[in-house]
Amino acid sequence: MKGFKYFLVGLIFGIVLTKSEAVSWYRIYEMFQFQSFHMYGIIGVAVATGIVGIQIIKQKKVKDIEGLPIAILDKEKVAARYYIGGLFFGLGWALVGSCPGPIFILLGAGFLPLVLVLIGALVGTFCYGVLKDKLPH
Amino acid sequence: MNFIYQTWPWYISGFVIGMIMLCLVYFGKTFGMSSNLRSLCAMTGVGKRVAFFDFNWKSQRWNLIVVLGAMVGGFIAVTYMSAPSNVAINPKTIQQLATLGIDAPNGKLLPNTLFGNQIFHSPKSIFLLVIGGFLIGFGSRYAGGCTSGHAISGLSNLQLPSLKAVIGFFIGGLIMVYFLFPLIF
Repeated sequence: MKGFKYFLVGLIFGIVLTKSEAVSWYRIYEMFQFQSFHMYGIIGVAVATGIVGIQIIKQKKVKDIEGLPIAILDKEKVAARYYIGGLFFGLGWALVGSCPGPIFILLGAGFLPLVLVLIGALVGTFCYGVLKDKLPH
Repeated sequence: MNFIYQTWPWYISGFVIGMIMLCLVYFGKTFGMSSNLRSLCAMTGVGKRVAFFDFNWKSQRWNLIVVLGAMVGGFIAVTYMSAPSNVAINPKTIQQLATLGIDAPNGKLLPNTLFGNQIFHSPKSIFLLVIGGFLIGFGSRYAGGCTSGHAISGLSNLQLPSLKAVIGFFIGGLIMVYFLFPLIF
């Protein structure tokens, strides 16, 4: 039953992303056209909620569910990988209209063509793994 | 009850997504969806040949359970909670899409032009979806995270690297939508 809480978190994530249409190709296109506030609102409120929560966790030294201190790791302080990798990701995000979470959510909802996107994403992940040491970070 | 079928407002969605990230932090984990792609690769045993996949993917099983839940959530939301009034995007956007030959939403989450089952007969459409997926998989691992790992988790922890990644996401997205879409469609 230890895994059930993760299932529940995922379930809520899937329902909320679908019902707020963050999984919709149309919403992503509309966002990149700057023709709606909807997606910016979602990301903005999520980040604002997160900032407040993370600050509380850090300042009150909140322990995790097992009573261990919560350590939130800093991201590696480089630049190239974020800009270059981010650029590749953005091209794919806008073309397919979904990021990794929504790929799975839409597959679960029964949109079969997303299988092709998932195959591409796995091959892309694999290629990064192979080329990793040759790429600028 | 009507609320359930309508498009949920951005402030509710954003708040719940923020809480989901915090929940996973409270469980001693992190919120990041693209890591699952790496775990799925590692499950096939390629770790023997490629060091990047040589890790104990079973330690990431919790995240695969999150994904499973998300898939069931997507199914429930689409099957039992949708209405024809959904996906009411900007009429200007719909007009622009029409000039590209892409059908209007009319309650659908995805355009038929790209995601209808007829695309399995079109090599061009198959290619587009696979390439799009490839860019997502390659780019998210290269950048060390996707929308959940960088835009939500990273920015919430005030990480400058994540801001750089999000800037990269947007530059890529804008290039695709403004310069490449007119060539593709």
